[in-house]
Amino acid sequence: MIVRLIDFLRDRLGLVINICYVALGLLVLWDTLFVDKGHAEFWFEKLPGFWSVFGFLACVVIILFSKWFGHLGIMTREDYYDR
Amino acid sequence: MIANVWLHPTLIYLIGAFFLPLIPRGLRKPYLVFVPCLAFLGVLTMNGSHGVHGVFQYLDWTVIFGRVDALSLVFAHIMTLMCVIGTIYGLHVERDAEHIAAWLYVAGSLGVIFCGDYLTLFLFWELMAFSSVFLIWFRGRKQSLGAGYRYLLVHVAGGLFLLAGIILRYKATGGDLSFGPIGVDHPTLPTYLIMIGFILNAAVPPLHAWLPDAYAEATVNGAVFMCAFTTKTAIYALCRAFAGMEILVPLGVCMALYGVVYAVLENNIRKLLAYHIISQVGYMVAGVGIGTELAINGACAHAFAHILYKGLLFMGCGSVLHMTGKSDFSELGGLYDKMPKTFVYTLIGGLSISAFPLFSGFVSKSMIVAAGMESHHATAALLLLVASAGTFLHTGLKVPYFIWFGKNNCSAQTRELAKDPPSNMQWGMAIAAFLCIFIGCYTPYLYSMLPYQAAAAEYHPYELSHISETLQILLFTALGFFLLLKKLTPEAKISLDMDWFYRMGGRAFAWFAQKPVQGADNVVSEAYRTTGLVPLMATARFWSWFDWNGIDLVVDGIARTVRNAGANLRHMQSGQLQVSILAAMSLVAIALVLYVFV
Repeated sequence: MIVRLIDFLRDRLGLVINICYVALGLLVLWDTLFVDKGHAEFWFEKLPGFWSVFGFLACVVIILFSKWFGHLGIMTREDYYDR
Repeated sequence: MIANVWLHPTLIYLIGAFFLPLIPRGLRKPYLVFVPCLAFLGVLTMNGSHGVHGVFQYLDWTVIFGRVDALSLVFAHIMTLMCVIGTIYGLHVERDAEHIAAWLYVAGSLGVIFCGDYLTLFLFWELMAFSSVFLIWFRGRKQSLGAGYRYLLVHVAGGLFLLAGIILRYKATGGDLSFGPIGVDHPTLPTYLIMIGFILNAAVPPLHAWLPDAYAEATVNGAVFMCAFTTKTAIYALCRAFAGMEILVPLGVCMALYGVVYAVLENNIRKLLAYHIISQVGYMVAGVGIGTELAINGACAHAFAHILYKGLLFMGCGSVLHMTGKSDFSELGGLYDKMPKTFVYTLIGGLSISAFPLFSGFVSKSMIVAAGMESHHATAALLLLVASAGTFLHTGLKVPYFIWFGKNNCSAQTRELAKDPPSNMQWGMAIAAFLCIFIGCYTPYLYSMLPYQAAAAEYHPYELSHISETLQILLFTALGFFLLLKKLTPEAKISLDMDWFYRMGGRAFAWFAQKPVQGADNVVSEAYRTTGLVPLMATARFWSWFDWNGIDLVVDGIARTVRNAGANLRHMQSGQLQVSILAAMSLVAIALVLYVFV
């Protein structure tokens, strides 16, 4: 059953991706229009879609920084300690 | 000597482990489930027995085996529950010694959780290290042997810091051994030494490298146990003694981010999960450092939730390793049609660790972040939110994607072997997965156990603004993941970490011992052999001949009897150091039980 569901979704990958984009858009819209931000700690939390940008940037920064850091020489061949 | 009917769960595990080899084959599996269930039920019945039990006088000291309060109970609850799940998951393991090692390890953890003084704490602290190392060694690979010794080395060193701290504190306070709030306002040298002992077990950088090194090399079942007990017992100890220790806030935040960065680079699945333990324990360490009632509640709640979802993740990825023998991303991929149930369970673990609404992480992690916001640690709280994006990025997305989807790197043999694991392993995962969702949906189960009830009652995770904030961070992280998917393709490489220093340092030491020291020794021995030893040996041979053939034969043949007995005894020793350590450990445990309770 699980496999059939996954196959069903994979066959319609383009549609699934579009639905996901629409869902992201709706999420930001919902946040802007309907969510009460009375408890916000910072002024910038009240900007529409602030946490979306935060999440996206956090993700990109983590990936780029880590890869840069790893290629400084931290990442090495697998038999490094076996010599 | 037992003061009342309060039964220490440690005792249940010790006795259970002792009798396990004697249980008939047909009863073995029921017995394996029965013992941890008994211990769990024992903890459940302790709700009414808050107070101090099992107090003994030992020389000049009062040792306390059973301090029962809200803080020790919430940890005891989850530890004994995890032992039930872990044992069910490992029911197929035939080797008794692996179950015994796991139970002794749990016994040590509960000993720490219920103890009321530093002597008892130290004793059980060491029991944990010395029993858990077998969970690494039983993997049986050459690398596991080395990883086990490194694990032991680091933990023994940490234990010495702890012991030094305990002794210095004993001196400085004029004989105080009680294990309670240590006085974080004016930390002294002993305070820091004890803290080092604790945070080494919590895997705070730079004292963390033992964790990914060891957990990735442990047995499939062993890693499920290890990921729960060592670090979370350390969190318990920190909650008990170091609540409000300011330095733990930056340390915890660094941990949370450090684990995330290394997880990006990691190619081995279980090592990736291990780096995420460091990251998640970072939240708890920061929570302890913040030290408010809400923060301590958060640290406890997060430890509770973490044990379940991390156990679940290690069970899921362990199943892949168990079935296919592979644990590198670069040798896996596209397995969704082969191991669909394992995929779903692992995904539930991934969504829980990422703190999706309705999953356990959502109701626990946010408590620590909220406590940070409330108590003027806003920067720390924001950095923890960055780390939470990284958590979803790896455990929620990278792990499922690159094992079950993505590019198929499997060999024909791997695909042939891949299928959902035996039913007991699936049951283990199913129970953990159910609890992850149950905790997320029904908050009173967890919240009613937290140490500060007033603060727990005031906290409501399911506010619209919080749900919206979390969903935005997580879903836009997912967007970033898919846009940068190429960058994230795992590389068949390892990452150097702090263990480099002792691995390479050990090598330098070995060179020094082999070359200059042993070389000089050889020269001296050679000179001695030619000038002194040869004539000496000739004389000795004569006297030996005379003693054996002359005296022993004439007297009563005692030497021959002793030699034969010695030869028989020798066959019982395999010569492996690990076996000797196991024997010695068992003896110590038995002697201890006899001493205390008889």
